[in-house]
Amino acid sequence: MSPAGNPGHAPDQASHAAPDHAPHPAPTHAAHHAPAHTAPPPRALPGRGEAHRHVLVAIVLNRPGVLNRVASLMRARNFNIDTLAVSHTDQPDVSRMTITLHGDDVLVEQAAKQLYRLIDVLKVQDVTSDPTVEHEIALIKVRADERNRGEVLTLAEMYKARVVDLAAESLIVEATGTEAEVDALIALLRGFGIKELVRSGTVVMSRGAGSIEEAVKR
Amino acid sequence: MGTRADDSGRTPTATAAGGGGPSLSATSAARGAATGSGRGRINHMPGAGTARADAINAGRHEMLTDTLRKQIKSLAERGVKRPRIGADAVCEALLAQGVDVFFGFPGGVLLPLYDVLGDYPELRHILVRHEQGAAHAADGYARASGKVGVCLATSGPGATNLVTGIGNAMLDSVPMVAITGNVVSSLLGKDAFQEIDITGITLPCTKHNYLVNDPNDIPRVFAEAFHIARTGRPGPVHIDVTKDALMGACSAEHPETLYLPGFKPKFDGHFRQIKLAAGEIARAERPVILAGHGVLISNATAELRELAEKAQIPVAHTLLGVSAMDETHPLSLGFVGMHGWKHVNRVIQSCDLLIALGMRFDDRVTGHVPTFAPYARIIHVDIDPAEIGKNVAVEVPIVGDVKRVLAALLPQIEPVSPEARAAYLGQIAEWKAESERMPWHGSGAWRDGQLSADFVVSQIGAASGHDATIVADVGQNQMWTARYAGFRRPNSHISSGGLGTMGFGLPAAMGAAVGRPDKETWAIVGDGGLQMTAQELMTLVQDNIPVKIALLDNRKLGMIRQWQELVYAGNYHSSSLLGPDWLKLAEAYGVAGFRATTPEEVDGAIAAARAIDGPALVHFVIAEEQNVFPMMPAGKGLSDLLEEQFEEPKQ
Repeated sequence: MSPAGNPGHAPDQASHAAPDHAPHPAPTHAAHHAPAHTAPPPRALPGRGEAHRHVLVAIVLNRPGVLNRVASLMRARNFNIDTLAVSHTDQPDVSRMTITLHGDDVLVEQAAKQLYRLIDVLKVQDVTSDPTVEHEIALIKVRADERNRGEVLTLAEMYKARVVDLAAESLIVEATGTEAEVDALIALLRGFGIKELVRSGTVVMSRGAGSIEEAVKR
Repeated sequence: MGTRADDSGRTPTATAAGGGGPSLSATSAARGAATGSGRGRINHMPGAGTARADAINAGRHEMLTDTLRKQIKSLAERGVKRPRIGADAVCEALLAQGVDVFFGFPGGVLLPLYDVLGDYPELRHILVRHEQGAAHAADGYARASGKVGVCLATSGPGATNLVTGIGNAMLDSVPMVAITGNVVSSLLGKDAFQEIDITGITLPCTKHNYLVNDPNDIPRVFAEAFHIARTGRPGPVHIDVTKDALMGACSAEHPETLYLPGFKPKFDGHFRQIKLAAGEIARAERPVILAGHGVLISNATAELRELAEKAQIPVAHTLLGVSAMDETHPLSLGFVGMHGWKHVNRVIQSCDLLIALGMRFDDRVTGHVPTFAPYARIIHVDIDPAEIGKNVAVEVPIVGDVKRVLAALLPQIEPVSPEARAAYLGQIAEWKAESERMPWHGSGAWRDGQLSADFVVSQIGAASGHDATIVADVGQNQMWTARYAGFRRPNSHISSGGLGTMGFGLPAAMGAAVGRPDKETWAIVGDGGLQMTAQELMTLVQDNIPVKIALLDNRKLGMIRQWQELVYAGNYHSSSLLGPDWLKLAEAYGVAGFRATTPEEVDGAIAAARAIDGPALVHFVIAEEQNVFPMMPAGKGLSDLLEEQFEEPKQ
């Protein structure tokens, strides 16, 4: 099909080799998007970029099943949630979720857009690159007796953690901070023997006067 | 190539006199007797031009304008002396939403509703034979009429039987409200008889769902459900109502306004994006429009045509976009994708601008994405923001209703003369002539005189004046229908695109015939799919729904067989299947049956079926090994088509 004077336009892939499939039929037109003698680059697949951690805030209606809807959607769409924290807000019929997940920007944007499709979801915001206060709380039950209790207490103090329960063989450290800070403390305490660990998942709030919730207030 | 694995035990050429109902002794041999007498005798119920058909049209108009009807006749006005219960609120809500017909199957927890249905004679209830049929019928009704389809099933197995149809409506964006009953709320979660967590099951395959256990919630929930189902990107909404909610006293009024703060579809495209799109179109030399289901849903067929003509842009269709443009229009190309026309796929692969309207870049359309439309910049218009950039990265995204976006775009488009695009359009015309010539068996015979399916489909299209609603099942029959029936009227083509549900054809045609009683309705089905939902033949008879069924019988699961031949080296495991004696089956149901086994018998059999006042089945005994070509193998791109090894007829 391809006119004889225009052979260079055939894409370079083996599967396209048949001259029948040569795309440019009209050599008189300047092919401004497809320079001669080069195959077009492959079309990019969305969501295959470099993955990094994202924090999403979702404001949702406080209705039965809304947590199930969000969790079910994330599972069905193959998004891997790292943490999910849910609580009431100051408005009785509105709840707030903080979701952290890993993915490239396009994938996380797609997750947010899919969340918007849920009728009970009022607002979704990716606050990853915003200035925020970000905290989670962890309770860590550490093996500690009179011999090494002092060491544990010192470490806890350095991380501004509190001891909230004390027994002969163990104590409970309550730590708050960013995910990374809590990770660091846990790594240090692991040497003493962690008997039990629970983390709340990250909660986050934007700095400054702006409010995500006010945007959805009636 | 393949083995002739005819294990059906019947010779395909048998033309035993079938005969339909008691007074019918029609066979393919009755061709002469039946032709010509057909047209005037077709009596669709309710008839075209009757008061009932007018009422349906009025209801459709009201639904499209999304206004709740204010006047709902109360029980007292109906002369019924009993307290108003939740089941009354359900019936009133359906009437308030303009529902005139729904498809259902009763059960224990629904009996309170069926107990009051007789007080609402305006609601036509069609008793199906299986709940899946109810869901597909509601789906077909919605696609043919543009209204919300409604289906009803009881708790437990009734509800789970609906799920396939709900999923089908979800993937094809069909407005539907599915109602299920559930056990009394005190038994919820106790594993009661016929209790299943159906809202948990439908959650991922509905646009939204509700569990209602207070009768006073019924009016609000139903109003919200219909609004959500038909607004923005349409979809199915499921309402699960407990038995005590149906039975309990209800005092709540039907709401005038809705409070849905999380549901704000965006209809108007952003003006800056529309301006960008106009610039792209002005610069493009080889533009092509890819029209999807959204064009039909938003009723933008006129705008589509205007854009195509004004800027001389050829129009390709997705499978569900077929019928968005009259196929005889010179700028209409046909449908794209895995089994689409070769010339259309070539246009997509060589265009420099792809204008995608109301479609979602399904893998059956794109094939291997990295090689899809390699030279094209893409404008993507869709009302669902989540579709933008989901499967394919695009240059100009526009979130909005296709009709409104095109209306805003059209004034910014500079007219282009056909001469300016002569080289481009000429090349396409050449490709088109070539690809239509290749696999087309216009003689009616595929090989050795065996009946060719594409011929049958094209003759049905021609006999019905290209105005009938034609509903396909899934598989080869679906592809032949989309390619060869010749669609001219919007929404005259109905197909299960996203979910690919075998068994869809017959029940969906049933719904389509009820939704558009003024149009002839054909179901084009295979012998595999029809055996999945054949029980709805009885529904056609009981409710006198005049669906004509064209059964393309190749004694095979044809698409499975095709893949096994082409991809799995001829390992034909489980693709041959027995079928019943179809004419006897039709007769047993009281459906008029006809048979055609040769090309010469096709027109007569079609005419005989069209002459029947009511449902009819035509058994077309087609070639067993005919494949649908071209075909894009899974994982490949639109440029890697398999084509038929075509032998030139010997002189």
